[in-house]
Amino acid sequence: MTMAKEDTPTTDTQVPETAIAASPSAFRVIVREFLKDKGAIVALVIAILIIAAALIVGTMNSGELTTNVNVLDRYMAPGVNGHILGTDEGGRDIFRYLFVAARNSIGIGVSVAILIEFIGIVLGTISGYFGGMVDNVIMRIVDFWMVLPSMLLIIVLVTIVPHYDGFKLVMIMTAFSWMTTTRLVRSQVLSQGRRDYVYASKTSGTSNFKIMFAGVLPNISSIIITDLTLTIASSIGLESGLAFLGFGLPNSTPSLGTLIGYATNPEVTIDRWWVWLPAALVLLGLSLSINFVGQALKRAADSRQRRG
Amino acid sequence: MWKTILRRVLIMIPQLILLSILVFILAKMMPGDPFTGLITPQTDPAQIAHLKAAAGLNDPWWTQYFHWVVNMFHGDLGQSYTYKRAVTGLIGERAVNTFWLALLTVVISYGIAIPFGVIAGRYEDTLRDKSIQLYTFVLLAMPSFVFYLFGLVVFGYVLQWFPTSGYVSLNADPGTIGYWGSRLYHMILPALVGGLVSTSGTIQYLRAGVIDNTNEDFVRTARSKGVPERVVFNRHILRNSLLPIAAFLGNSITGLLGGSIYVETIFSYQGMGQLFVSSITANDYSVITALTLLFGFLTLLGNLLSDIIMSIVDPRVRVE
Repeated sequence: MTMAKEDTPTTDTQVPETAIAASPSAFRVIVREFLKDKGAIVALVIAILIIAAALIVGTMNSGELTTNVNVLDRYMAPGVNGHILGTDEGGRDIFRYLFVAARNSIGIGVSVAILIEFIGIVLGTISGYFGGMVDNVIMRIVDFWMVLPSMLLIIVLVTIVPHYDGFKLVMIMTAFSWMTTTRLVRSQVLSQGRRDYVYASKTSGTSNFKIMFAGVLPNISSIIITDLTLTIASSIGLESGLAFLGFGLPNSTPSLGTLIGYATNPEVTIDRWWVWLPAALVLLGLSLSINFVGQALKRAADSRQRRG
Repeated sequence: MWKTILRRVLIMIPQLILLSILVFILAKMMPGDPFTGLITPQTDPAQIAHLKAAAGLNDPWWTQYFHWVVNMFHGDLGQSYTYKRAVTGLIGERAVNTFWLALLTVVISYGIAIPFGVIAGRYEDTLRDKSIQLYTFVLLAMPSFVFYLFGLVVFGYVLQWFPTSGYVSLNADPGTIGYWGSRLYHMILPALVGGLVSTSGTIQYLRAGVIDNTNEDFVRTARSKGVPERVVFNRHILRNSLLPIAAFLGNSITGLLGGSIYVETIFSYQGMGQLFVSSITANDYSVITALTLLFGFLTLLGNLLSDIIMSIVDPRVRVE
């Protein structure tokens, strides 16, 4: 009995446990680094303001107000009849419409980004942690999926899927955007998987599941947060782009891209700029600020790029 | 090296088969069949049914898939419903327009990206580097279609320097110098905005390459031998940094094809991307299927090209 106890001393099993519990301090390091970057804070404030305004005002106005068509008020210039930014071809108030459109675009973008991160974390962690055949199969699927003409396939699916709605748009967009995140998570897990704390946990009999999601995952949380931020921005861009071409949300649900799409009508482009330009500027502000925050997080997470 | 290239080409075969199956499944999901394009009010339904049976549309899917692939190799991709003509010829015409636009875009893109990347890397952390980094950040962060749109509005509509739509002016005679001049004139703005957007990746890559190579041992050795700084930079740093950029060329085809959907739609340039969008709007399914397959094939080809160039310029990546 005593011999067996000496072979597996209890202290040994506790060491990896504490190591796992104490790891997420990496996140605090990032917050500290991020707060030093004044530009990033400004960008964060802008992004939060746009998102908050879209969510609050957009939800308040999402009812009949924006979808109501009033042909008499067609294409009114900004300022006329109390329409701050004028009206579109259906007589809808652009200013209010803008908030609803931004809310829808942000909603779709964030949903897609969260789904992408979820798939990326699960597949990437499994692939990087187990390696070998599992890794090989998952990575070959990723390789093949990456060389597909995703833009065309998304558009084709959007047009042929029956009972098309916002949920299906999220699914279709996710189906063609999960690969880079999976690769990123895999490469991070791969390097973490060779660290001592993982070997120690394995030796002491911690389950693979626990090591993967309680041990390794918190250590790469900073990279995941960075990637999530950048993915939100790119997903909002993709959604707006699809809506711009006419393949985004169903017609009843406006998106920033829908409004910008009016610009392709030569009668609107210059003479009725108020229909599309505000939406383009909101999208621009949103993309630039979220991306700036993402880049700052990336610098903060990468010890080599830290600014003093 | 030939072994590596052969191996890489062989990998493409299962990829091509998978791609074709995927596109075939999508094509089957689309409403309509190859004869939809031929139906007129005078067509006898019995005759259509007979034609369908003769074409094997009632066969099991694997037989249909096999016939579809065989027809494809014979250049038969069906009839366009909107244009009432063979899809192959229609796409062929558009492909030429897309090719010229893509070529000009690549030339402009590398023409800007290479000097910018080299300057940013060589003068790291100076004002010049920071301005270039700001430029790449803005281009990378903003959705590309917004940039194309602003380009069209500013230079096409407001300043009126360039035409806002089409690929050639209507009254130009084909074959004359004026005709080609007009085509070039129509291409400059779309190629410029498309090229600018695709510079950001190359600039970042080149900048990082120059910075990394500057810290390499062979550079320190060359400097300590007393090699002039100009020679150190041109021969040791620059040359090594440019090699991976050469390999990017294949991948940039992929980016250009994806971007062509936006660029060609916004500038109403009659290429494959614009044909794709208009075919989707018109439910012209045989054209959609053919274009999806073609874009997929070209993307695979671009990747193949990149890997081959990479294995030529960098022997370390060769797999035996």
